[in-house]
Amino acid sequence: MTALLEAKGLTVERGGVPVLEGVSLTVEPGRVLVLRGPNGIGKTSLLRVLAGLAPPLAGEVDCPGGTAYAAHADGLKPTLTVAENLAFWADLHGQPVGDAPERMNLAGLIDRQAASLSAGQKRRLGLARLLVTGRALWLLDEPTVSLDTASVALFAGVITAHVEAGGAAVIATHIALGLEDRSEVLELGGYKARPATHAPGGFDEAFQ
Amino acid sequence: MIALLVRDLRLAMRAGGGFGLALAFFLIVVVLVPFALGPQPERLQDISTGVLWLGALLACLLSLDRIFALDYEDGSLEALATAPIPLEGVAAVKALAHWLTTGLPLTLAAPVLGLFLHLPAEGYLWLTLSLALGTPALSAIGAFGAALTVGLKRGGLLLSLIVLPLYVPTLIFGAEAARRGAEGFAVQTPLLLLAGLTAATLALLPFAAAAAIRINLR
Repeated sequence: MTALLEAKGLTVERGGVPVLEGVSLTVEPGRVLVLRGPNGIGKTSLLRVLAGLAPPLAGEVDCPGGTAYAAHADGLKPTLTVAENLAFWADLHGQPVGDAPERMNLAGLIDRQAASLSAGQKRRLGLARLLVTGRALWLLDEPTVSLDTASVALFAGVITAHVEAGGAAVIATHIALGLEDRSEVLELGGYKARPATHAPGGFDEAFQ
Repeated sequence: MIALLVRDLRLAMRAGGGFGLALAFFLIVVVLVPFALGPQPERLQDISTGVLWLGALLACLLSLDRIFALDYEDGSLEALATAPIPLEGVAAVKALAHWLTTGLPLTLAAPVLGLFLHLPAEGYLWLTLSLALGTPALSAIGAFGAALTVGLKRGGLLLSLIVLPLYVPTLIFGAEAARRGAEGFAVQTPLLLLAGLTAATLALLPFAAAAAIRINLR
């Protein structure tokens, strides 16, 4: 099986200062990689490099199928309805909207303007955007912010279904999503990435 | 690409989209001119094409900072950058959407506003034609300026300072074509230069705008 994402010897900077050095990782279909580490360690910077939004100072990223990247901002237009927001991103990726609203429990809100949604509902809509991109690899930066327990469980279920269907995800998060049996943890610490302390393996990590 | 154009047009039409703002600004500027200079028809007639061109240019400037700033703030620009369409295409479509919601309405409104300034009868065709040829360049240059300043806090003023000097050639040839047309002279030279400027702008600036966005997204 070919990897959805391969990164070798990445040096990641933020504001011109290297924050992570020598990060190598491989993400296979069906797996979840969880990034952990204290604030400011470079989780977001690493995700942005993996998404191709920022170039690494050193190393290379190989991501043949492209990524769907979800950051703190959701890419939603407040004056468009839920349906219009999703239809736009689906159209842009040449994909059908399909059952994305149902899967993120948005079916009842489909004709509401995004501006009138609560923070948690907006977050769910932002995550529904991932579903309509049709991309196999999701890069998620703190995806559970503003979500209540039920929505976190819903979201974890969506990720499970996604990886079971051959997708994969890299998630920067501090909370347990209940995906332990299919996930590895990459612990980022100090100014250099250190070997994961409780990773079950599956990644060929080369650290300095 | 079409999806992006449709979305941007839809956003412009929705509440708070800013459609009509440029048009209202253009109307007010043109109406203010006779108050400032007096109502003598000859005097207004002399400056009518220049005032209409300048008014359209300034009205165009008004909505430039919205081209990329809103998409940057809500994360759409990042999502667009990872979507399977080139950023150059995004920049070109954004400029096109800006022109359709700003440049085109200004072009259509200019002859009507020409009535306020006693624009000579021969001038209407050439004014409209020169604006139709020149305003796409204003949108493309503006999209480039907006791409340069996206992500800067209060970048609107800086955007104006960057874009206004770049508007000078378009203003010179556009206003010159309209003036010559209104006064019954040959308009071919300035019109061709204006069309050439616009063609070069449309061909080159989407690439420059996409490069600027890539740097600003880092």
